[in-house]
Amino acid sequence: MNGPDRFESYNGRIPAPRSSVEDGGQPLPDPSPPAPSAPTTASAPLVLEHRVLKSLLGAWALSACSPEEAEAVEAHLGTCGPCAEEALRLRDAVGLLHPAEPLDLDPMLRTRVLEGCLDRRPPRIPVPEWVAPYDAETARLDALLQDIGDSEWHAPVRLRWFDRDGLVSRKTTVAGVLAHLMMVDGLVALALGLDELPPMVEASGHTGGEASGGRPGPAERTEAYWRASHRPPTRAVRRPWRDQTHTLVRTVAFEAGSGPEAPAIALGSGSGSGSGSAEGSRGPGRLSVDYGNFELPLRDSMLDRAFECWVHAGDIADAVDYPYDPPAPRHLHHMFDLAARLLPKTLAARRRAGLASPPRRLVAAGSPGRTLRLEVEGAGGGEWLISLDSPGAVASAEHEVAHIALDGVEFSRLAAGHIAPHEAVAGLDGDREAIREVLFAAASLSRM
Amino acid sequence: MAKEAPPRWDRTMQQRLARGEAAALGELYDRFASLVHGLAHRVLDDEGDADRITREVFTHIWENPETFDPKQGPLRSWVATLTHRLAVQRLRQTEAAALARDGSGTTEDLERKVRRASAAARADYIVTNMPAPLRAALELAYFQRRDYRQAAADLGVTADEARRRLRLGLQLLSTAHDNSTSGAPPGHGRTW
Repeated sequence: MNGPDRFESYNGRIPAPRSSVEDGGQPLPDPSPPAPSAPTTASAPLVLEHRVLKSLLGAWALSACSPEEAEAVEAHLGTCGPCAEEALRLRDAVGLLHPAEPLDLDPMLRTRVLEGCLDRRPPRIPVPEWVAPYDAETARLDALLQDIGDSEWHAPVRLRWFDRDGLVSRKTTVAGVLAHLMMVDGLVALALGLDELPPMVEASGHTGGEASGGRPGPAERTEAYWRASHRPPTRAVRRPWRDQTHTLVRTVAFEAGSGPEAPAIALGSGSGSGSGSAEGSRGPGRLSVDYGNFELPLRDSMLDRAFECWVHAGDIADAVDYPYDPPAPRHLHHMFDLAARLLPKTLAARRRAGLASPPRRLVAAGSPGRTLRLEVEGAGGGEWLISLDSPGAVASAEHEVAHIALDGVEFSRLAAGHIAPHEAVAGLDGDREAIREVLFAAASLSRM
Repeated sequence: MAKEAPPRWDRTMQQRLARGEAAALGELYDRFASLVHGLAHRVLDDEGDADRITREVFTHIWENPETFDPKQGPLRSWVATLTHRLAVQRLRQTEAAALARDGSGTTEDLERKVRRASAAARADYIVTNMPAPLRAALELAYFQRRDYRQAAADLGVTADEARRRLRLGLQLLSTAHDNSTSGAPPGHGRTW
């Protein structure tokens, strides 16, 4: 046996989670009837040899042997010192057994603990601030998944998003949602040159892909994964999903440190002009993630993945009836900022597709154009000026023609495609058409 | 998901921590936070105290990754030993302070309390990490009130084997009582 004063792992096996084995709430069965092999006559005490009596000590200590056996053991203890000693010891050990208590770790504790550590010893390879939301959101989702039971992994979930002109949805399960997150995160892995694809997905993804040109996008990859699995996904998907999230954070941190100058995050405090993030010309700023029919710079992609992780964690939490909070305000702010910066391009794309009216006037790139002021209220909120005429135009307060004010959670639901543009509860002021088109563009940020 | 990590994972983690990789610290937390917090809570029975110990444990590892020696055993048991030591230390401190403040109780009471809390935490760890067949047998006998013959039938083993597992499981568990008075169990046979 191992030294008593150490915490040893007794073998290399994988212990099952205690919570799945113990079920404190279930009724206790009746006390066991006398075993058929044990004679029940009180007049004939059981005679057992020492070897058998010794082997019964554990069962005896747990009151898990027949009354006759218990009697025989107790009689033996009066005459055998070593057995008596062991019996006492095992009886005491029984007192240490108790049902596992469900443990709810405060998800915010992670941030506090890690920050405390990094203050004491600054990291040589930090996790960039624009990766922090993804790191935190994946950890929060993982903590939620830790708590859910086997059957809950198959709870139905309806993925919802906004497609061109209306809300659409697709049915899957909790495990299916996680597979979806894993497959779309895989696009970032691909951009980083990581070998992430299970072969079956690679194969079916390309043949079944519907993305125009390019490689399979989020929906194609997800559908390919679902199609390729013979059985619906189970909780087994948690491990590869989590491993990939860890690998992404790690790799991006290295990638960010490898540029000649590792640029600090360029997101202002709500003063985004819609002209795109200030990317460096080297290092991670050069990398972009191919989503099939559009691309995002790596750092925006990590924010996008953080946002989607939160949104789908919310879907999962709803499906299994757990509460789930929004991200930390400063992380939320980065997500709102990304959405605001993406709006002008999304608006332009809707115009090209004939889904929005043409620009009122042509504005030379770099010149000020008509502007909508987007005000996101509540935690993580801020104000953004959205260029209406073209992504190349400069948004400016002097050219403001409309104003939208809405709560952060509402804005998130809109950008996630969980509510239709006309359902968004918002304060609206100014040019009706501009407002309508920006709300539609916000909903169009969503996808499967 | 308390997966037993292979030694290679332990070594790589140690190297990454030594290198100052913040992402490694996050992964370390993700793997061990519930173990650390759970043990600390078992000893101290207080959410805030358990949070504080969790912070101390990870700070210690982040600042001194070289003090872990993979040759002495898995990282998991080292983390548990460290947690246990710090938690018992704190319990002793707070109890001693309370004793000095209002003089209720005796030093023996204090020692008994520390001993009990310490053993309870150790027992938790032992149960979670003992071989699954032993744990399954104990769970049937204790929580489901099955006698050893019924447990044998449930597990598909002989009655002899069921008796053996119950006895061995309790023997392992009983080591939680050993040496739990010192408050500073020497993990990995050395001091930190």
